[in-house]
Amino acid sequence: MSWQDGWWAYAFIAIAGWLATDIWRWLGVLAGKRLRDDSEALNWVRAVATALVAAVIAKLILYPTGVLAQSPLGLRLGAVIVGAVAFFLARQKPAAGIATAIATLAAGLWWLGF
Amino acid sequence: MTSKNRAKEERSSLGWFLAGARGIVSLPAIILMLSFVGFCALTVQAGIPPEQVVFMVGAVWALPAKVILVSSILSGASLATAFLAVTLSSVRLMPMVAALVPELRTPKTPTWLLLVLSHFIAITAWVFAMERVQDVPRHHRVTYFAGFGITLVATNMMLVGIVYHVVAEFPPIIAGCLFFLTPVYFLASIWHSARHPVVYLALATGLVSGPLFYWIAPEFDILLAGVVGGTLAWLAERLWRGQRRAGA
Repeated sequence: MSWQDGWWAYAFIAIAGWLATDIWRWLGVLAGKRLRDDSEALNWVRAVATALVAAVIAKLILYPTGVLAQSPLGLRLGAVIVGAVAFFLARQKPAAGIATAIATLAAGLWWLGF
Repeated sequence: MTSKNRAKEERSSLGWFLAGARGIVSLPAIILMLSFVGFCALTVQAGIPPEQVVFMVGAVWALPAKVILVSSILSGASLATAFLAVTLSSVRLMPMVAALVPELRTPKTPTWLLLVLSHFIAITAWVFAMERVQDVPRHHRVTYFAGFGITLVATNMMLVGIVYHVVAEFPPIIAGCLFFLTPVYFLASIWHSARHPVVYLALATGLVSGPLFYWIAPEFDILLAGVVGGTLAWLAERLWRGQRRAGA
């Protein structure tokens, strides 16, 4: 059975997406009343969770799909680095870093004739 | 009490709900909406039908979890593998919710209401609420957050439904930039909202171990990168903390 067939697709999204995320939200509500925010276990959980998202970020930058799959890796990495420099120069303002990274990428794509 | 504070005290519940809803025009909400247009482009390329994408936006809500869900679907993962990858990526929601709940609730807030509203918590809503809820009288905070959270989810569900058929025809530069918005936005917002030193280290180890495990074991790369990279970051930060304490 493929994930695309009718109800199965919705069941797949509901179980692997909805349930898989809301479990943690519900546990968060229950823990929010008594959780110690300085516990070592929570620190580890936090580290694993952040590393997971970071791995997703790295994959999106290194192995993009669609248009960016044909763009040079150097341009994508360069855009992230220039954006990071702007982010720190602007006292860690997300908007500054994001706008600079995107502008760099856009300029590079335009220059390469995309 | 100043007249401004009195005006705040006298505002009705509906007024606070609408005040939260107005957060849709804030910078974090606008960046998130642009990221959703980018995510929509990803789902078009993955060949997921629009009704399922709209359902996914409302049901899962957290953008990193959805990106992992779509990657799992793309790689033909089984239900169990997809569930494991998504649930491990969403562990971060638990401390986020646990940190926000004490800010929102009063002793009278029913637990079921918090359980329902917790669905609307993801990175953007969390950062927004942690920043702004301080200026809202405590007994109106749940209403204020509900106004923001529900508006943000509903708007993005509609947005995705509307742009689905348009994103495929975007000029290549626009499509490329929208796709790129998601990783860049996550990088900036995780760094910006980090409250603990271990988060910076884990961000670095994850960025390196992600591609490394993609090369070694592509089926389980994100899981392995999270557990191995995260544990290394945690150990390193503990060691550093211990040494600093011993040195002090």
